[in-house]
Amino acid sequence: MIEVEKLSFSYPTGSRPALVDVSFAVRPAELCAVVGGDGAGKSTLAGVVSGTVPHLTGGDVEGSVRVNGRTLADAPLSGLVGEVGLVMQNPFNQISGARFSVREELAFGLENLGVPRDEMAERVDTVMRELGLAKVRDRSPYELSGGQQQLLAIGSVLVMRPGVMVLDEPTSQLDSAGCDLVFAALDTLKEQGITTLLIEHRMERLAREADRVLVLEHGTIVADGTPGEVLADERLEKWGVAPLRYTVAARRAAARQLWPAGKPLPVTLDAAVEGFGGTVESFDGGGPR
Amino acid sequence: MILRIDSLTFRYPNGTTALDGVSFGVEAGERVALVGPNGAGKSTLARHLIGIERPASGTIEIDGRRTDGLAIAELARTVGFVFQNPDDQLHASSVAKEVGFGPRNLRFAPDRRKELVESALRRTGLTDLVDAHPHHLSLGERKRVALASVLAMDTPVVVLDEPTTGQDHRSVALLGNLVDELAAEGRTVLAVTHDMDFCAEHFDRVIALEDGRIVADGPVEHWLARASRPTGHAFELPQLTRLGRRLGWQTPVATVEGFLDRLTSDAHDTAEAPAGP
Repeated sequence: MIEVEKLSFSYPTGSRPALVDVSFAVRPAELCAVVGGDGAGKSTLAGVVSGTVPHLTGGDVEGSVRVNGRTLADAPLSGLVGEVGLVMQNPFNQISGARFSVREELAFGLENLGVPRDEMAERVDTVMRELGLAKVRDRSPYELSGGQQQLLAIGSVLVMRPGVMVLDEPTSQLDSAGCDLVFAALDTLKEQGITTLLIEHRMERLAREADRVLVLEHGTIVADGTPGEVLADERLEKWGVAPLRYTVAARRAAARQLWPAGKPLPVTLDAAVEGFGGTVESFDGGGPR
Repeated sequence: MILRIDSLTFRYPNGTTALDGVSFGVEAGERVALVGPNGAGKSTLARHLIGIERPASGTIEIDGRRTDGLAIAELARTVGFVFQNPDDQLHASSVAKEVGFGPRNLRFAPDRRKELVESALRRTGLTDLVDAHPHHLSLGERKRVALASVLAMDTPVVVLDEPTTGQDHRSVALLGNLVDELAAEGRTVLAVTHDMDFCAEHFDRVIALEDGRIVADGPVEHWLARASRPTGHAFELPQLTRLGRRLGWQTPVATVEGFLDRLTSDAHDTAEAPAGP
């Protein structure tokens, strides 16, 4: 559970606040996505919810952030290990540099927590299997491709089994197959009841997978709703977020009466097929073309 | 022809063949997307154009000159290269110095330099950030600084390696406009990209690589028509191409305009057609 109330934050050197009066809550087993343009405050929000901001950055915080009932301002960062996991934007920043293979890197955090050997091996094996890292288990983290490093960074947090996961653009360097693995892992998190905050700009994936989408603009939440509500909002582009092509196509088709009247604009391919399929069928008599 | 590549072959020191008999030519003003799965040889091919890789065999001709005898500094006058990771190319302490570095190095006259730097900053939306230290900027902003520093060198060929990754919606829109403008000015744009929507909306031609060989070369629409889920799972087809297919359309569409044209003409045809039995 993440509970953020009236949160404002300024970096020590910032000319304007990075976050302004932000309030929201994310329930266990909920996958909440955060979208917005460059500089909207997404990464700062990820930092605040995971405790790295302001513990590592300094700066002024107002309002409160609670994770699983604990107020972050009162907790030392070390006390949050196992409670909340952060997957950073650049996987290179996340690799410990202290271990020489993928398997050892994944075990690193668990060793520091003193997790028993058998359990450690089992948890590491599970994560390697889920993220497709088994085939590179003995490679050095530095010999991996950017995409594989990203999967390793995600794995090194997943293996700690935190109650809350915060992921800052975890798929930015992944190809389509890599994304499939990450989103499959996110599904697993949901099944395990983990609360997830995901910063992501792959709108097609978000629309299918997220329970909820928050939009940040200039450090403020300007929209909060289901993917269907938020991603079909015509202000999306103004907020600096890319609309889905089929949402745009349906909006323009609706203006020409080529989208079923009263039907919500589609934010998934299936919904678009359903809406336009109806249009095409009604024109060609229902037969396949 | 601004670019002519003939039977280019390249091997890594460990013996792996990265490029195997690659040949193609590009006219000035063309917008060419290089696509293919990770490891297909796209970036290796792009790096040959600025001389940081040299062919094992075959030739590269840029603007009428063979590159074998040309130093990297000489090639830099003809081909500008924007790296995927901006931190591979940024080194100055302010945006203005960074963008001014190339034109000064190429010894353009001061007036021309000023003009090129201002134009590059304006076109990349960085005018307000001239005094900022590149390392204090976001990834998207740093990518734009890298792009501006290449634009300021005024090269006839611009190569972009994964330009849209890590970019927000406004930056991608800006980048798309820029690609179109450069081509309209007669400059040639080559981009390595996984972003098929960007490719469909802003490029004329696709060269698809697989295992170091060209497997397709032609207009974007032709390639989309052939590709089912191209080259494994490396990328997804444009959103509207997939929608068109699901609707059973035989000819691929790739852009919102293309999709709406097709939808409207279907509606029109049906309205014109005689009533069925």
